[in-house]
Amino acid sequence: MYYFDPHIHMVSRTTDDYETLARMGCVGLSEPAFWAGFDRGSVESFRDYFRQLTGFERDRSAQFGIQHYTWLCINAKEAENVELSREVIAMIPEFLDNPSVLGIGEIGLNKNTKNEATIFLEHMDLAVQHDQQILIHTPHLADKYQGTRMILDMLCDDSRIDRTRVLVDHVEEHTVRHVLDEGFWAGMTLYPVSKCTPERAVDIIEMYGAERLLVNSAGDWGPSKPTAVPDLIMAMRRRGHPESLIRKVVYDNPLAFFSQSQNFQFTPPEQRAAVRAKT
Amino acid sequence: MPIPLDAPEVLDREFLEIRAKLLELAASFDRLKRADGIVDGDPRLAQIHEAIDVLQNESGDRAEQIQLIFSLQYDDEWQVKFGLPPQS
Repeated sequence: MYYFDPHIHMVSRTTDDYETLARMGCVGLSEPAFWAGFDRGSVESFRDYFRQLTGFERDRSAQFGIQHYTWLCINAKEAENVELSREVIAMIPEFLDNPSVLGIGEIGLNKNTKNEATIFLEHMDLAVQHDQQILIHTPHLADKYQGTRMILDMLCDDSRIDRTRVLVDHVEEHTVRHVLDEGFWAGMTLYPVSKCTPERAVDIIEMYGAERLLVNSAGDWGPSKPTAVPDLIMAMRRRGHPESLIRKVVYDNPLAFFSQSQNFQFTPPEQRAAVRAKT
Repeated sequence: MPIPLDAPEVLDREFLEIRAKLLELAASFDRLKRADGIVDGDPRLAQIHEAIDVLQNESGDRAEQIQLIFSLQYDDEWQVKFGLPPQS
């Protein structure tokens, strides 16, 4: 089955991983900007990172027939540095016309601090000013519930936000209902120990339905599994769910959400040969 | 959304897995007991015991209840405390 991984950090992965993803049926992915494992020192570091996301990664994935898209921001951990964050936010528009950029993300909260909230609001304003979609990181572990509620407060207080163009990621059992009830898209991250397992993600699909739900691997430089989405496909099959429902979650839903971005030009694998023949 | 498997099928599929997870938990507690030092006052242990109690109830949202046990509380006055008034 073809699938789309809506949240995966391929800058942290090897070219072999791209090949493995392609072999497993991955035909497209989106890569939000995130923390590098250390705090960067200047806006130029981010400019280079955005060049990597919009150029090198796109070329690397294309070798394996995977269409690569990205989201830009300064992540919540580095948002504690408000001055640097504002420099990065001011620089982001340089990249917004790049055909791989889907919007602003992954913005969010980490430890739910005032500085993080301030920079979250400024990213939101940037997205509104440039008519961009938004992809949101919610905090880990004990901070997740509080942080998700804070994020929803900020989004819902701003009448300019089109909720159907916002994805709130890393939802789990205690946050998914809040996100869906407010009309946003919700993403489940299949991650060892700290987030969702494939079996629990299938439980959530069974309890809440498949509307506005996405599933991702968030594969990065930490313990994570870039092929986690195929694990979910297998878990749904083992429970007897129809192929149409599985496809909705791992392919149709991501395409429906991303299609709202002006830069999203996706060629389904079935049409690629015809497109190549014309060109 | 209906679950394709019925309850006996779910139990057949998951019995050994549930048994294995319980044994892992029991072994973790035994390891804690054998180790030197005292953790009786550690709030994390209280959270763990509260979560184990949730397993014994019959509700259909036990995963959500356990998530909330391990979560910080939400304060709906947070914007006022941060001096960040709601937007337009």
